Order: sequence, then C-alpha cells, then structure tokens
Amino acid sequence: MKASAFAYARATSVANALELLAVHGEKARVLSGGQSLIPAMNLRLVAPDLIVDIGELAELRGIAVRGETLVIGALTRHADLLKSSDIVKCAPLLAAAVAHIAHPAIRNRGTIGGSLAQADPASELPACMLALGASIVVRGPGGEQRMAAEDFFTGIYETRLAAQDLLVAVELPLARRGSAHFFQEFARRHGDYAIVGLAAQAALQGEGFADLRLGYFSVGDKPVLAKAASKLAGVAITPALLAEASDALSHELDPHGDQQATPAMRRHLAKVLLARCVASLLNRPDLHIGGVS
Amino acid sequence: MSSIRSNPEGLSVLDRPNSYIGKTVPRPNLDRLLQGRGCYVSDIELPRMAHVVFVRSPHAHAKIVSIDAAAARQMPGVNAIVTGKELAAVITPWVGVLSHLKGLKSAPQSAIAVDRVCWQGEAVAAVVATSRAAAEDAAECVAVEYQALEAVTDMRTALDPATPVIHASLGDNLAFERILDAGAVDQAFAGSDAVVEAEFVFGRHTGVTLEPRSVVADWNAAEARLTIYQGTQAPHMVQNIAALHLGLWEQQVRVVCKDVGGSFGIKVHIYADEMATYALTKLLRRPIKFVADRVESFNTDIHARDHRCKGKIGVNRDGIITAFEIDDLTGIGPYSMYPRTSAIEANQVVNLVGGPYTCKNYRARARVVFQNKNVMCQYRAVGHPIACSVTEGLVDLAAMKIGMDPVEIRRRNLIADDAYPCASPSGLRFEQLSHHASLAKIVEMMNYQALRAEQAELRKRGVHRGIGVASFIEVTNPSAAFYGVGGAKISSQDGVAVRLDAQGSVICQTSITEQGQGSESLTAQIVGSALGVSMDRVRVILGDTDATPYGGGTWASRGAGIGGEAALQATKILRRNILDVAAAILQSAPAELDIVDNAVVSAGDGAPRIDLSELARIVYFRPDTLPPGIQPELMATRHFVPREYPFAFTNGVQAASVEVDIDTGFVKLLKHWVVEDCGTIVNPQLVDEQIRGGVVQGLGAALFEKCVYDEKGQLTNANMADYLVPMSGEMPDIDVGHVVSPTRESELGAKGAGEAGAAGAAAAVTNAVNDALKPFGTTITEIPLTPQVILTALGRI
Ligand SMILES: Cc1cc2nc3c(=O)[nH]c(=O)nc-3n(C[C@H](O)[C@H](O)[C@H](O)COP(=O)(O)OP(=O)(O)OC[C@H]3O[C@@H](n4cnc5c(N)ncnc54)[C@H](O)[C@@H]3O)c2cc1C
Repeated sequence: MKASAFAYARATSVANALELLAVHGEKARVLSGGQSLIPAMNLRLVAPDLIVDIGELAELRGIAVRGETLVIGALTRHADLLKSSDIVKCAPLLAAAVAHIAHPAIRNRGTIGGSLAQADPASELPACMLALGASIVVRGPGGEQRMAAEDFFTGIYETRLAAQDLLVAVELPLARRGSAHFFQEFARRHGDYAIVGLAAQAALQGEGFADLRLGYFSVGDKPVLAKAASKLAGVAITPALLAEASDALSHELDPHGDQQATPAMRRHLAKVLLARCVASLLNRPDLHIGGVS
Repeated sequence: MSSIRSNPEGLSVLDRPNSYIGKTVPRPNLDRLLQGRGCYVSDIELPRMAHVVFVRSPHAHAKIVSIDAAAARQMPGVNAIVTGKELAAVITPWVGVLSHLKGLKSAPQSAIAVDRVCWQGEAVAAVVATSRAAAEDAAECVAVEYQALEAVTDMRTALDPATPVIHASLGDNLAFERILDAGAVDQAFAGSDAVVEAEFVFGRHTGVTLEPRSVVADWNAAEARLTIYQGTQAPHMVQNIAALHLGLWEQQVRVVCKDVGGSFGIKVHIYADEMATYALTKLLRRPIKFVADRVESFNTDIHARDHRCKGKIGVNRDGIITAFEIDDLTGIGPYSMYPRTSAIEANQVVNLVGGPYTCKNYRARARVVFQNKNVMCQYRAVGHPIACSVTEGLVDLAAMKIGMDPVEIRRRNLIADDAYPCASPSGLRFEQLSHHASLAKIVEMMNYQALRAEQAELRKRGVHRGIGVASFIEVTNPSAAFYGVGGAKISSQDGVAVRLDAQGSVICQTSITEQGQGSESLTAQIVGSALGVSMDRVRVILGDTDATPYGGGTWASRGAGIGGEAALQATKILRRNILDVAAAILQSAPAELDIVDNAVVSAGDGAPRIDLSELARIVYFRPDTLPPGIQPELMATRHFVPREYPFAFTNGVQAASVEVDIDTGFVKLLKHWVVEDCGTIVNPQLVDEQIRGGVVQGLGAALFEKCVYDEKGQLTNANMADYLVPMSGEMPDIDVGHVVSPTRESELGAKGAGEAGAAGAAAAVTNAVNDALKPFGTTITEIPLTPQVILTALGRI
C-alpha cells in the first residue's frame, strides 16, 4: 500500500498551476486536501506522474459575501465551512451537510474544491450545490468560466473539468427571507458515505412551498436534482399529493445497487426522506412516516 | 475436586495489607505506550534488513502455469524474487489436523503456493527489496500466468457430488464431521407442547487488529540462530513450529514479542506468509521484514463465524425446555489452519449449544467443509457467539410460541446455582456457575420491568423498541484437553520466575504475553500482593523465548487464571525464601516475620525489621556475614496448569435495548448490560474493559461486520470503507456487573474474562431486534442485521 513513484510540484500561483497542468495534462493530478487522492494513490488505483500541490495558493482559500453572492474558494476546508458564521447565515444547508462528511481529521484537510472535483455520487457537497443552485468557477487554458452545478456533474467521479482545468471557487445565491433547508442522510455509521441522502433548499410561502429544490445523493452515478419537487411547489400539500410526488420520485430515480442497498431499497429510502423533508420543512408531523426518529 | 491449598504462611493472599488484587491500578506499561515509546514489529530496523511483499493470487482457484520474474528482478532495489518451489528447499509443508478431532483431514499447505492457488490472496511469489515501496513496484512486474479452475464457494453445495473436490487426495470436501446424541431427543420433541425451528445464518467476519500481522525474521548464519520478532500470542508455539519446518532445534529459534497492537485470536495461528518470511531470511541470509497491509490483512488474516445452523427446540407450556437439536454447517476455506485447526469452532458450537440450561436431551451435527475462500479459524470467543445466538434465539422463539416472558423462561430452565458440580449433555463439566444470581442482577441493573413499561408506551406512539436477553457460558483456562491431547505442541501450562534483585526490587519473567489486555499489570499486581512489595518495584518481562519460562502465552482467556496462578505460587516460594534468610539475619523465626511495603516486619506488630534492599545487599554482596549453612535462593519458579477440570467454565448474561426505525431498517443501540462471573477479579477495570471490548466486537457481528464474497470467491469488501467495523459513534453505554464464584482449582481463583463480551452480545441484540419487530410478526435469524435485511423482513422493499 505504497504509492508508485511520482514527481511533486508545489504551485506558486494559480497561473503556475495552470501552466503545469497545461504541460502535463492527463499525467498530472491536482492535490488539494488529499483525502481522496492520496488513498487512491496508495491503493495504486491511480498513478499520476506529477502531483501539482495547490495547498499554498491563499487566493483559493476563504469564504466571502460579494453583493448577492456567497463565494467559497476551492481550498476552503470542510472544517472551515463548519465554523464559518457566513455559512450559517447565508447557506446554512452547507453547515448542516458538512457535519456528515467523514470525521474531524478528514474535515480538517478535505476541501470543497476537492470534493466537487472528485464528484463522488455519494458525497454531500455536490448535492448541496444542486439544491443551492451554485455556479462552479473554473479556470483553464481558455480563461475563466462559470458552470451551473446541474451541468457540472456528468457521471461517477466525472465532471466537466478537463485535465488542464482548475476549479477555483463556487458561487451561491444568498439565502433569502423565508428560505428553509433540510438535510438528512442514512449512513451505516457516523461519518460513512450515505446509502441515500437528501439536501433540500426551500422557499416557504404561507402553508406551502414557493420553491423546493431536492438534491439527492447516492442514488445513482451523480447527484440528482429531483424533478418530483415541482409537484409540491405552489400548492397546498396533502398526504395524497405527497404520495403522488413520492411515486414520481420513485420513477425518476434510477439508483444503483451495492453491498449496502439494492436499487429498491434506495428508492424506498429516497421516498422516506422526501416525506420526512416535507414534514419537517412545513412542520407537519402528520406527513411524517415512521413516527419520531 | 481440589480444595483451597493450605498456605504455608497462614496468610490468604487476598487479604494481605498492601494487596493490589481486586483493585483498579494503572497499568505499568501505560506511560510507555502513551508517550509513543512502544516498540511494535514495524518499529524494528536491523542492519541489511530487506522488505518482502507477496504477489498474491487474484483467483480463488487456479493452476499456476508460469511465473516470469525476469523483468521484476531488474527493478531498482530488488534483492530476490522467490517462488513456492524455490522456497520449498528450506521449509517443509504442514497439515493442520489434531488427532482428538476424529476424522479431521486437511491437505499439505506450503509457505508459498506451489503449482496451484486455493484462495484469492494466497501468495504465489515473494518479492524482496530494499523498501516496501520498491518491492511493491517490482511485484507489479512479476508476470504470473494462471489457468482458472472452478471455485468452490457455497458451503451448502460443497459436498454435492457435482461440486469439484478441492484436494483430490482427500476424496471429498468434508474436513470434519461431529455427531452427538444425548438423552432421548425424538421422544422429547414428540412429547413437547410446542416445537420451534429456525435457520441461523452468520456473516463471515474477521478480527481487524489495529496493528496488522508483522514479522521481522533474522537468520544469523554465524550463530546458526533464527530470531523472530513477531506480534504473536504464543511465542513458544511459533518457536516450535518454525524450528520444526526449518529443520532446526527449538533452541536455535528465539521468538521475541514486543508490543502488539491487538490480536483477538488473529495472531495465535501460523500463517503461510509468516512461515515464508522465516524461510526467506534463512535462504537469503539477511533480516526480512513482512508487515501486512490492510488489503492483505482482510484477504489473509483468519476469518471466522461463517456458519449456517439449523436449530430446533421443544418446550412445554410451563416453559420447561424439553430438547435442543442443531445441524451446523461451516465453510473454512481450502485448508484447516495450522496448528490449531479449523474444526475447533464447529466443535465448540456442538459443545456449547444449550449449555446454560438443565435440558438433557440434545442432538447435534456439525459439518466443516472446504471452500476456495480465505481460511477460517479461531477468533475471540471461538464458537461461542454461534452457539449462544442459536441457543438464545431458540429460547426466545420458544418463549414467544408459548407466550412467556424471555426472562421468565430462562429462570425456569437455567441450571440452579446450587446444582454444581454438574455436566452438560455434551459432557462439559461445570465446577461452579451462577446463572440465576447473574440473571437476577442484570434484571435489577436494567430495571427490566420499567423498560418493558416504557416499551409498551412508546409502541403506542409508533416507536419500536426491543429488549433482548442472552445467557451464556464461556470456556476459559483450558488444560491440555484443548490442543495438547490432539498432538499439538501448544503448551497449556505457564511458568513464572521471580527473583529479588540486588536493591530489593523484583524481576518477574512470565510465559504469558501482553497484547493490550493487561497481562503485565495483572502479573505485577499478583507478585506485589503476594510478596508485600509495591508494584513499582516489580518489573515484568514477557514475550521472549530466551528470557521467560516455557508456556502457552495469552489466548483462550487463560492469562490471569493460569499465568496469574503461576505468578502467585512462584512469589509465595520467593517470599518463603526471603523470610528464611531474614530469620537467619534477624535471629528470628520465619513465622514471626512478614513482608509489608518492601520491608521485612514483625508479623505480630508490624514493626520494621529489615528493608528488602538491605537484605538483598547482604545476600548478594556480604554472604560471608550470613550464618554458616545458609544458601539463600532469591529466585523462584513455578508452573501451573489446571488438572481437575479440562476448562474453567464461566457464565454470564447480556441484555440489549434497541430501537428499530421500521421505515429505514436502521437499528439504534440504546444500552447494553453484562453480568459475568470470572471468579476472582484481579483488576476490575481491566476485566470491565475486556468485557466491553468483547461486547463491541459482538455488536460489530450483530450489525456491521461481514466479509462479502462473490460467487467466484472474490472478497469484495477488503478495505476499511466497505468492511464496517463497529465505531464508537454507534456504540451504546455498556454497564458491567459481576458475580464472583472463584475456581477452587487454583489459590487465586481467577477464571478468564477475555471472551465473555464477544460470546453473547450478538445474541442479545438479535433477540432485542426481534422483540422490537414482534408487532410485525417477523423474526430474523441472520446477522449482521443490516437495514437491507430488516426492511426485507418487514416487507418494505
Ligand atoms: C475515511 C474517509 C471518509 C470520507 N467520508 C466522506 C463523506 O462521508 N462524504 C464526502 O463527501 N467525502 C468523504 N470523504 C472524502 C473527503 O471529503 C475528501 O476531502 C474530498 O472528497 C476530496 O477533497 P480533497 O480536498 O481531499 O481532494 P483531493 O483528495 O486532494 O483531490 C480529489 C480529486 O480532486 C482533484 N482536485 C482537487 N482539487 C481540485 C481543484 N481545485 N481543481 C481541479 N481538480 C481538483 C484531485 O486531482 C483529485 O482527483 C472521506 C474521505 C476519507 C478518507
């Protein structure tokens, strides 16, 4: 369990990092927090020739509010998200989600950029990006571009990032008055990747939702922004309506099976989460299936 | 039965003035370990040392057509690449059988596979290089051509005529079969008011020690001696086996066991890759280090508990159990493990089922079959979790059938506390157990009635809690009946030597070993108490075949009971010898003297007479001043092995409170209780933590752990992300209580406590989950109880 030999470069600037990536392309890998890359290298699942360590690029680190936008630098660590008062104020869903990522030692090193670039379909943050309507800011040989989170994740461990690209930041709209969030995941042990999880962001209006965005994770090869949510926006929620949305969700999802759960179990758990989410956001225990939990 | 031995000094060791026995005292090795000054095998660096990495088979069953190592030999840092055939020149193969397990058969196993591999992960070549990384690089370049053979994976079809026979020379895939028929089982079932049957399925799992298996082997050709540094539970056993297969005298082999990062039975066996490492140092004449990585650990550390057991119980309306019957099937991999064999687990299941109860009608069959999976063998609480889950699962099913409370049915069937000595239907002899006292105690600790009331109340609100109880017995302090009688050179006796040094401190050498459970501490506590010296004046040396008496080591819950008694008896001799010398110096009589707090005092009034340091000074440096004819012997050695009873059985009961989320299938462990009876408790904290550690491993089995093989014999979750070990976040508080029935086989009275926790935890949790699911009319008899299993049973998916 030793990585095969590799060369190492510590990038001195974003431009320097981009230069190195342009020269080495597929043979190079960006090193951020290393919490996914290093285990994969030690297991010899990947064997890059060159590691481009971006750890010292202070310009990529930090959380800032710019006008109506919350900007989070790629190097911002999970632990930073958990502690930040800006996050609690402007994107509390993230704070709720990050607490479920792994354990303190890993949260102290792992970064948001790394997590999004890794694009593990069972990861919390990619689904949050969908729920929050985030833009992913990417710099590459052709300059800087913004991609909607919904377009960014393309498959298992796959994104629209090219080998020469660097993910530099994410931008989120600030949480508005009347917004509410829900986060829950089912994992066998604290800190494990979820069997199924839901990151939801809602705009409340009266007794119901003006808008509801449901970011499911671990339900297939990439995070899913459930279309079934549209059935629940702008209407009075009844158990019958919820059941209808639940059915729609079930049809919409095409979950994978693995050692933890069959596709049928994932569908079932996704429906349980939907009911718990709606019951919790609207404070309607009558909609909650499964008693107190 | 032996009675308490008379004490020449007329002083019971347990009530001496400065006794450490029965007290929680800090472990002497704690500072060293906490300050990072432990020495594990991977810390050992020797001059010219090379690292070995094994090329392992990706197939469960295949012929080795060719091995091309030419390219790998050219890689930087490579010292040698050695195949199984080449290694066979220095080490002979072995067969893991014991003669007292009648009919047990196995095939010869080599240190490195020759011609054929029989499980995914078996080593086919050794790559030796200057570093582990260089060896891994080269290992990738060794080209092995395999011809895949059909793999036997499902234990249920292993004996079918259509299934290939793994070892043609054995004729079939049956390694061992045992049949037992006691009492009148058919008659009892026929006369029962109710008969219930179930099939219990257990997940194959493994020990997952924090420190993986590791060896540094150093053949010194000039001395013709092999030194083996290894984290092992049984140094003398390793010495014997290494010598036997390398063609050496045992005195040519020294086994040194420094700090060990957990073992749980994983490190009490002889593994092929460790044997290969011993052989490689002899072949290559340089020290060789092997440290298994985590993936190798999952693929080669012994697995355990892969059983399917059909069970049947008869019961009358008054709750009296009329008969037990089981049919157990287990798959052990392609070889019976050496030298303890892989038949012991099934044999234990047959021995232990029904063990806590008075019922005399018992029939059992156990079959042990070969498969192309990793080898299975003894892991903490060997066979007990299977036997306990089957027995206690059946008892709960019987209770449910007749509508009786689970505690009440146990009350009516557990062997009475005053019925001892007695024997089980399988012939186990019990000296003194305390099932009823233990049950009464746990019922009180958990406030059983209140829990039941709360359960009923919450159920009305859709919250599904369950309460599970499991009584158990545990094999401890094994005599030669375990292995020695079957021809294995595994000592069941242990020895301790104690001596007074020149400053009046005590050096104690013991043959038991320390793997974190506190052997060092309990030995020092006993020596300090028995001699009358403070613990900081006692230095304990263990884990070195050159420096300790001959003995078994630490396994099967034997350290305190056997090694502890040897320490007590050796110390009593030393004490007598010291008092003889003191009497000569002081012109007194030994009976008028005592040793308290590092000094000889008057027995009557405790007045100080002479410091041990002063006595030692005289003995060692001014013996000329002693009266003529006095030759002090300030070193004493004693050995001990139980002779009256083959095993000192202990007993206990566990209980679990759980909550099942019936929508998600998740189980929350709310609380766990254990009451156990290990006889004399030397160190309460060490005992309690042994119990808790064992419980956690049992909870792992109940909810999380399973080696998942596919139908081709590939282990598909050989990593810490997919193989779920229990972690603190999911663990409940574990309350531990004790009933104390000392064994009269020893003066110390200690039985074992290392495995009780693991024995009954899964049974208690399974019973609790089934109790929670009662309103849904479903029972689950399969572990681990995953959300998938529970949702399926509930018909939710
Ligand atoms: C035991 C354990 C448990 C875990 N549990 C969870 C969990 O429950 N949920 C979860 O979400 N995660 C979990 N993780 C993963 C963790 O969150 C990682 O931190 C995260 O996935 C990757 O972040 P990183 O900064 O460590 O990235 P790295 O490991 O450094 O990189 C990951 C990948 O992203 C690429 N990359 C990194 N940064 C950039 C960038 N700026 N631009 C372009 N490419 C980049 C790298 O080249 C690499 O391919 C766990 C990890 C461990 C070790």
